[in-house]
Amino acid sequence: MRDISRSINKVDNDEKMSGSAKYTADLRYENMQYAYTLRSNIAKGEIVSIDYPKLPEGYFIVDHSDIPGKNIVKVIYDDMPIFTTGKISYLYEPIALIVGPDKAVLKKLIEEVKVEYKIEEPIFAWEDSVIHYEFSKGEGKLAFDKLQTVDFNYETSYQEQAYIEPQGFVAYMEGEKTTLIGSIQCPYYVKNAVIQALGVREDLVRVIQANVGGAFGGKEEFPSLLACQLAVAVNKVNKPIQLIFEREEDILVTTKRHPAKISFRAAIKAGKIYALSVKAGIDGGATIGLSGVVLSRALIACTGAYTIDNLDVSGDVYRTNTVPNGAFRGFGAPQMFFAIDMFVEHVAKTLGVDPLEFRIKHLAKQNDFTSTMGIFRDPILMPEMIDRALKDSNYKAKHKLYENDGSYRGIGMSLFFHGCGFTGSGEQNIIKAKVRLKKSGDLVEILIAAVDMGQGVKTSFRKLVAHILQIPIERVIFNNPDTDFVPDSGPTVASRTMMIVGGLVARAAKEVKSRFSESEFIVERQYEQPEYIKYDEENFKGDAYPAYSWGVNVVEVEVDKYTYQVKVKKAWSFYDVGKAIDERIVIGQADGGLAQGLAYGYLEVMRHELGYIKQKNFTDYIIPTAMDMPPMETHLYDNPYAFGPYGAKGVGELSLIGGAPAVAKAIENAIGRKVFKIPVTSEYIMELINNGEN
Amino acid sequence: MAKIKFILNNQSQEIDTDLNRRLLDVLRNDFNLTGPKEGCGEGECGACAVLLNGKIVNSCSVPLANVVSKEIMTIEGFSQTKRYEIIKEAFAEMGGVQCGFCTPGMIIATESLLRHNPHPTIEEIKIGLSGNLCRCTGYNLIVKAIQQAAKKGDGLW
Repeated sequence: MRDISRSINKVDNDEKMSGSAKYTADLRYENMQYAYTLRSNIAKGEIVSIDYPKLPEGYFIVDHSDIPGKNIVKVIYDDMPIFTTGKISYLYEPIALIVGPDKAVLKKLIEEVKVEYKIEEPIFAWEDSVIHYEFSKGEGKLAFDKLQTVDFNYETSYQEQAYIEPQGFVAYMEGEKTTLIGSIQCPYYVKNAVIQALGVREDLVRVIQANVGGAFGGKEEFPSLLACQLAVAVNKVNKPIQLIFEREEDILVTTKRHPAKISFRAAIKAGKIYALSVKAGIDGGATIGLSGVVLSRALIACTGAYTIDNLDVSGDVYRTNTVPNGAFRGFGAPQMFFAIDMFVEHVAKTLGVDPLEFRIKHLAKQNDFTSTMGIFRDPILMPEMIDRALKDSNYKAKHKLYENDGSYRGIGMSLFFHGCGFTGSGEQNIIKAKVRLKKSGDLVEILIAAVDMGQGVKTSFRKLVAHILQIPIERVIFNNPDTDFVPDSGPTVASRTMMIVGGLVARAAKEVKSRFSESEFIVERQYEQPEYIKYDEENFKGDAYPAYSWGVNVVEVEVDKYTYQVKVKKAWSFYDVGKAIDERIVIGQADGGLAQGLAYGYLEVMRHELGYIKQKNFTDYIIPTAMDMPPMETHLYDNPYAFGPYGAKGVGELSLIGGAPAVAKAIENAIGRKVFKIPVTSEYIMELINNGEN
Repeated sequence: MAKIKFILNNQSQEIDTDLNRRLLDVLRNDFNLTGPKEGCGEGECGACAVLLNGKIVNSCSVPLANVVSKEIMTIEGFSQTKRYEIIKEAFAEMGGVQCGFCTPGMIIATESLLRHNPHPTIEEIKIGLSGNLCRCTGYNLIVKAIQQAAKKGDGLW
């Protein structure tokens, strides 16, 4: 049988290339109205009064008083109102929608609204901890007694998902039913949020996924807010309404990667890190949403790709009067892997030992305990991957040469993993994924809520089912999810889609195969946690993930001697994702993830000033162009996981995680100064060269 | 308001409209050509790229007044050509398409590049694509696709 990893052409190539694929903004409805959002222009305070201009006929204001259900966006930590009732907690918080037939008139009306506020002093310092977690491993705090210690602190900045298609929805009524079509990752998150906002029966809300022009976590929880607003509006106006963000609005008001500050203390015994203390803080912004889950993932990753026996870990989510932060590919892991991979290197340098040998000595091995006393059950191929990385890139010789040759060239290597699927028992207790396969005559339809947002779900799932059934891919159907037809197989997040949903689909397909002579039937499968996975959420004890994907990135850079501009010259990547269901799709996704990870490390600058995001478009928030990207050599390793289809583990997030530490280490090698924060901008390099430590 | 004529996807058109309107809006709303996308509205991302007299422009930054008597080709028109077939096959074979939102613009950029330089080096390809942002691919496989298209379509440009 043909190996499933062998690539096929993607099933949606033609419609996407010819421009005929419809995205949300391309959908047209008779009598379609438009919506713009009225927003606060202060970061903290109370609305005293709102003076709306006289509305022309056919124009509507939609605000909190129109919400028939609960004025809260259902996420995880439910603290975001759909429209404010008066309290303002961040700049550009939504107050109302203005809806009508002419966009130009709407813009003018918005400008004419006068809002009077009672202004309060906003909080930007990280003081108000809303979520605090702590856990220990081994001897915990006691392990530090009388041992030599090394301390360093790290900082990471905002990152914007920068999907090229901005956020948007179209909503319309089908009789009593509220229907929404949008650019989303999680059809059922949206559906459940709208049910709660409208206070209606489940069957009166329908959510359909349009083609999605990139998401990267940015369309995980944020679209639920837009959907709730628009659902309320369409029930009032009773005509189709389109709400599409312009880029500036999208960047100013949508969720971003949480900025983080992470402090470590290592206790040294017998030339190794005997114990590690970790204190991490992340900026949740004005509402907490998913921040607690982001913090958990970060804390669980606190030892990086290494095993450390004694841990004392704590972390906080801080509330500030800034735009809420949320899901972004990696979900807390990129912050922590940057920090810990730098720290282990910096400890080695402080001890005067070879950092590479020191890191390899600490590498996690099969059957080691994880940070939460789970077990790395499956084989770990890192030694083999590292050997290949060192050889292909000629790392050792270059690293040594660049240390002393004054060429401002540098090479760096990152070692990392990603815990696949939801953290802890989320999959079992919250999501309870369900999938369906429907056989009708010669055709088999895949009914799941997983979204193709560019990562190739449509192709890889059809291929998976066709491969199991030994039928041509043309006989397997997969339409964009519509909640009227597909069961809730969970959100398209957390590197879970192929491993978890694909695993269920594969098992269902095997049953379809065994009954293939029957002409019409439906097979359903629901998630069951592997027996061995036990996790205690409260105490951070047990197996936080069913499986782990692993990676090694090597990056070579050149820093301009005069401008300190960084040029990435070459990147080598080695990933263990269990088994690629389509090699070319995985490599494409991996190269894109690395581009985002590298840029997180040195290029993408975003900051706020008094709650105002200073970068508003692609003119000032710089994401990589083709000219910024180096040639990439990317290799995949087979290491099948028992419960994944054909052994597949998580793919999506892994490749973003190693970019920042690899590029930061390469810059460190080039300039001979320790790097403590990302992005490593030219200004920061100058600061390090003038005042940094070796 | 003014009456203007131009050629759109090889057909002459005459419309009576405000000449300050963005070409992108006229294409998408008046002609229902939704292949060109709005990604940034500031001429940075290239998702709205079209060919104006054979050269790439960002249609979000072109006022209609600038297209009087000129030839505009959108992805809908270009996808009817032999060159498109070559580019399409190369993008499919190399894996140059992910979410697809930048893709029509990338293909227009490829055509504009190859029309002026049928045998580009890797560096020249990267310069040719530098006005088109892609957040999914890291560009690596798109660059390979264009190398492939230049090779396979040798003589067509």
